[in-house]
Amino acid sequence: MQTALRTALPETELASRVDFAPHARVVREGRQDERQDERQDERQVQTGGLPLSIRGLRKSFGDNEVLRGIDLHIPAGQFVAIVGKSGCGKSTLLRLIAGLENSDAGSINFGEAAKAEDIRVMFQEPRLLPWARVLSNVEVGLGRDRASTDAHVRAEKALAEVGLADKRDQWPSVLSGGQKQRVALARALVSRPRVLALDEPLGALDALTRISMQRLLERVWRDQGFTAILVTHDVAEAVALADRVLVIEEGRIAQDVVVNAGRPRARGSVELAGLEGSILSHLLSADDRT
Amino acid sequence: MSLIDSVSFQRNFRLPRVDGLVQWIVPLAIIVVWQIACVTGLVPTRVLPAPSDVALAGWKLLLSGELVRNIWVSFWRASIGFLIGGSIGFAFGLANGLSQLSAKLTDTTLQMVRNVPHLALIPLVILWFGIDESAKLFLVALGVFFPIYLNTLHGIRTVDPQLIEMGRIYGMTDTELFRRVIFPGALPSIFVGIRFALGIMWLTLIVAETIAASSGLGYMAMQAREFMLIDVVVLSILIYALLGKLADSASRVLERATLAWHPAYLKR
Repeated sequence: MQTALRTALPETELASRVDFAPHARVVREGRQDERQDERQDERQVQTGGLPLSIRGLRKSFGDNEVLRGIDLHIPAGQFVAIVGKSGCGKSTLLRLIAGLENSDAGSINFGEAAKAEDIRVMFQEPRLLPWARVLSNVEVGLGRDRASTDAHVRAEKALAEVGLADKRDQWPSVLSGGQKQRVALARALVSRPRVLALDEPLGALDALTRISMQRLLERVWRDQGFTAILVTHDVAEAVALADRVLVIEEGRIAQDVVVNAGRPRARGSVELAGLEGSILSHLLSADDRT
Repeated sequence: MSLIDSVSFQRNFRLPRVDGLVQWIVPLAIIVVWQIACVTGLVPTRVLPAPSDVALAGWKLLLSGELVRNIWVSFWRASIGFLIGGSIGFAFGLANGLSQLSAKLTDTTLQMVRNVPHLALIPLVILWFGIDESAKLFLVALGVFFPIYLNTLHGIRTVDPQLIEMGRIYGMTDTELFRRVIFPGALPSIFVGIRFALGIMWLTLIVAETIAASSGLGYMAMQAREFMLIDVVVLSILIYALLGKLADSASRVLERATLAWHPAYLKR
């Protein structure tokens, strides 16, 4: 939060902060830049994920034009964070990617034919079935494989991955907020998705739970190599987790920042703080303009 | 929900072990006071017979087999009427909760019929069915229909849309969505309907039996009145109270079994 306060200071302050973060570079300002293809090869470590190409994506709700032409390429296995002020269209973009809404124009392409089980969503609310035990809730995530004989085993494995194997027979109502969200994560992961869309999944958690959830998220992403798209209002969370941070303003990608810091990332490092500051100052200066 | 509030209230203030007995303290105390009042002559027995006299009358009727026969007849009518009316109400609740077309087609009509007090139909029902079994079954079914219809409909309409969206994302078919999300979500509300319906079931049946019947508890009470057997009249009334309590307990047991997941029913 201190960083946020400091960025309210004049432009010179911003320039000096960029020096603090030598590994971070602002790849594009506005959307005139078309250097996405170069970056495609930057991260070839992961194999499980699906690449994602978005062309000219538009979406309106009535007279309200929420997305005004999004062009974006996400290489397979990349961890992308989408930040922006509320109402900027970031959640709509995620819901379009997840197939929960239909676009008015443009296309979203996953490179190859993606099955429904390949793309999973996690919401701010855990959305667990209160009348099903934890294990059955995870089994829901198997989609059409729910009826298969190894459903139990797979669900148990996913539950163990989020560290809740001992809660398998509990009702969701006895779990804490963080535990519920971990069950929701296990449910999303049990079908081994290749794209995981996260709509502010940690937004309702307290600060400490949130940090441990971020670590868990980073760990499973590194283990499984899916393409992760995280919508968040927390810029610190975005730079701590993502390979790349997209700033959305008024339905367009206003900034596309690559975060090159090594993993695991040291929380509160000067490097990340500097990057967070420059993104925040961008968001806040946009606020001043309006 | 007042039902849920009261259940959690009970849980928080429960005394261990004596819980099952506490609820009977007040009814027993009333009977004791009543007995004393009759024995001391405070209440003339022509107005209200002593509980011991009522018990004696009950014992005699039990021995003659009349009591069991009448209770059985009433119980049978109540159950069959409840099953018929309840199933139709449940079916309409499901149809109108799940299908917009069905709701548009039938909901207005049902709401209009609902506002007619069903006991006002007794003269018409007697003309149609005489004092046959079908008259009683019809009235009970009609009375039970509405609380179950309304609460099933309400339950289905208020299932968390976020859970339904979740179910669709995870590829649930319509049948699966109903079985795993919509029906369990509507169940607490359906139970509220069932408990209302059980009350209406007894009320309707007793009124119908009092007016037009040749057997059953209501008939027994009316016959007793003709012969000034006030102890049997009081006995009938006490049996209504017990049967009502029994029906309520049965629905509670069912609730506890099926809503074990609900925070208000969790065993700690």
